[in-house]
Amino acid sequence: MSMKNSVEVKNISFSYGKTEILNDLSLDIKEGEFMVLLGPSGCGKTTLLNCIAGLLDLTDGQIWIEDDNVTWKEPKDRHIGMVFQSYALYPSMTVEKNLSFGLRMMGTAKDLINEKIKKAANLLQINELLKRKPSQLSGGQRQRVAIGRALVRDAKVFLFDEPLSNLDAKLRAELRYEIKKLHRDLSNTMIYVTHDQIEAMTLADRISVMKDGLIQQLDTPKQIYNKPANLFVAGFIGSPSMNFLKANFDKSSQKIIVGKKQIDISKYENINNLMNDHEVIFGIRPENINIEKNENSINCKVELVEPMGADTLVWTSIEGYPISIRLEGNSNFNLNDEISISFDINKSSIFDRNSEERI
Amino acid sequence: MSTIPKGPRPKHLTVGRIGLYCFIIMCALFFLMPLYVMIITSLKDMDEIRAANILNLPKELSFYAWPKAWSQACTGFVCEGLKPGFFNSIKITVPSVIVSVALSALNGYALAFWRFKGAYFFFGLCMFGAFIPYQVMVYPLLKIEDFLGIYSSLPGIILVHTIFGMPILTLIFRNFYSSLPIDLFKAARIDGGNFIKIFFYVIIPMSTPITIVAVILQVTGIWNDFLLGLVFAGRDNQPMTVQLNNIVQVDYGVAEYNVDMSATILTSLVPLFVYFISGRWFVRGIAAGAIKG
Repeated sequence: MSMKNSVEVKNISFSYGKTEILNDLSLDIKEGEFMVLLGPSGCGKTTLLNCIAGLLDLTDGQIWIEDDNVTWKEPKDRHIGMVFQSYALYPSMTVEKNLSFGLRMMGTAKDLINEKIKKAANLLQINELLKRKPSQLSGGQRQRVAIGRALVRDAKVFLFDEPLSNLDAKLRAELRYEIKKLHRDLSNTMIYVTHDQIEAMTLADRISVMKDGLIQQLDTPKQIYNKPANLFVAGFIGSPSMNFLKANFDKSSQKIIVGKKQIDISKYENINNLMNDHEVIFGIRPENINIEKNENSINCKVELVEPMGADTLVWTSIEGYPISIRLEGNSNFNLNDEISISFDINKSSIFDRNSEERI
Repeated sequence: MSTIPKGPRPKHLTVGRIGLYCFIIMCALFFLMPLYVMIITSLKDMDEIRAANILNLPKELSFYAWPKAWSQACTGFVCEGLKPGFFNSIKITVPSVIVSVALSALNGYALAFWRFKGAYFFFGLCMFGAFIPYQVMVYPLLKIEDFLGIYSSLPGIILVHTIFGMPILTLIFRNFYSSLPIDLFKAARIDGGNFIKIFFYVIIPMSTPITIVAVILQVTGIWNDFLLGLVFAGRDNQPMTVQLNNIVQVDYGVAEYNVDMSATILTSLVPLFVYFISGRWFVRGIAAGAIKG
């Protein structure tokens, strides 16, 4: 990955009539980077992608692709390839014609077209399907063809609009792997829209988490997972999601107080930023809770057990706040077992209750 | 009665079913009766028509009326039967259908995919146009065509049919195209299509069902038209319906009912034929495009 920017989104705004979807949004995507736009539906991620593709006209701002101001350029002149959630294969054309459509529109020589199709078909293992119509393909095959169609165009930037959302879980994992491999082998810039955090975590070099048309956090998957910038990101990333406890900080004892319970947070990295009686939300991921008895542990009862094969989820509660604990797959707990839990404070996140920002 | 429920549910002929069938059969008979009368009357000679009951089958078949209706019956002062009208109708219908369907498809495509400023207003205008009775516009249109110098000519009547067909056809095409996934259009734009290329390479190949519906609507509509043909076509291009009227409405001489009946059947053969071969498509297309959206 070079330091050069491949795509630059400069202060763009977009509105549908009076509804503002994006407002003064900027985003730089490096050459060869796999950027994932992640967020719940209605957060503006697909709109942003469509703006980059040139399928929507901006209200304001600029889009640059490969040092070229493409703000007013047609989608076809932006050197992009796009893959859609609905596959969007031309139903009247065979797979081969679907793949070659873009090249034929550009007037590419026949030999070259055949060569490129062959290469893409080999890469995606769709050789056998070339003579078929899209209606004769399964969902996974269709999406392979759709990826192939973007591939043959030698696009500088690939745009993916929730490409795996219509597939079942098994195929999704399979194609996710293929896309990652594709990026490894081609090292093109890729921008990938999804609401699925697993896809985002596994694929991305960097994730930009969006909400209400704003980028909430732009960072590597690890950083986003471990140090979520605010309450929204913390809650959105991770499944099962982070446990939250409303608490007040007591400076003298370096503890937060949750109802009648107290948790020692003296090991928290930014504890010096907390004021006395600070109203906070304490966040801890299910895997950062241990079942062990020590001077800081809290006693509670098992309320529900969800065995998931690889690991087991144990549900309990502290002062009415539900807490999930991720344990090994073979751990054995029963309903109403008495347990003592303690937290890995250095892996927790503490948020200001008013600003919802991480402290 | 202790049959244990197992496998497919047994089918019973209920009273409701029987009633339904009776109703359907009666409806069919009601609508088939005039057709029956037309056919048997056309196969009788005049003496028998005058003498016998209208519902009786012919005592002996007479095919005298059919060739006469086709090529000898008098329409005013000319006695060439319906034949010239048939060919006139074809000359009017074929170009009108092609031009109106092609333009409407293009209109519908533009309205559905290229949401230009004022597209909704334009769409509203189309809706409005589709529901104005066209008789209102006959006179102004006549003056316009007269001014353009195409009144009473083949291009004149073709233009009129094209204009009157377009609002409803545009509506139908637009609704059909709106039901297609928008991603297809986006993909085509990224793949390098412009307005015209996308229309020809991507949209038209998907338009078969709705095009068939549009063609059926236009062929039957234009073929059955009487008023516009009478007003705009001019003496040389009178369509079959106008000539049929001239044959049936005799001011002098004897009214030959058998000839009238066969002439009427001949005139309605084309729309009938179209419905018979395309009934399936017609229902499908209506369901897909015209009602929905």
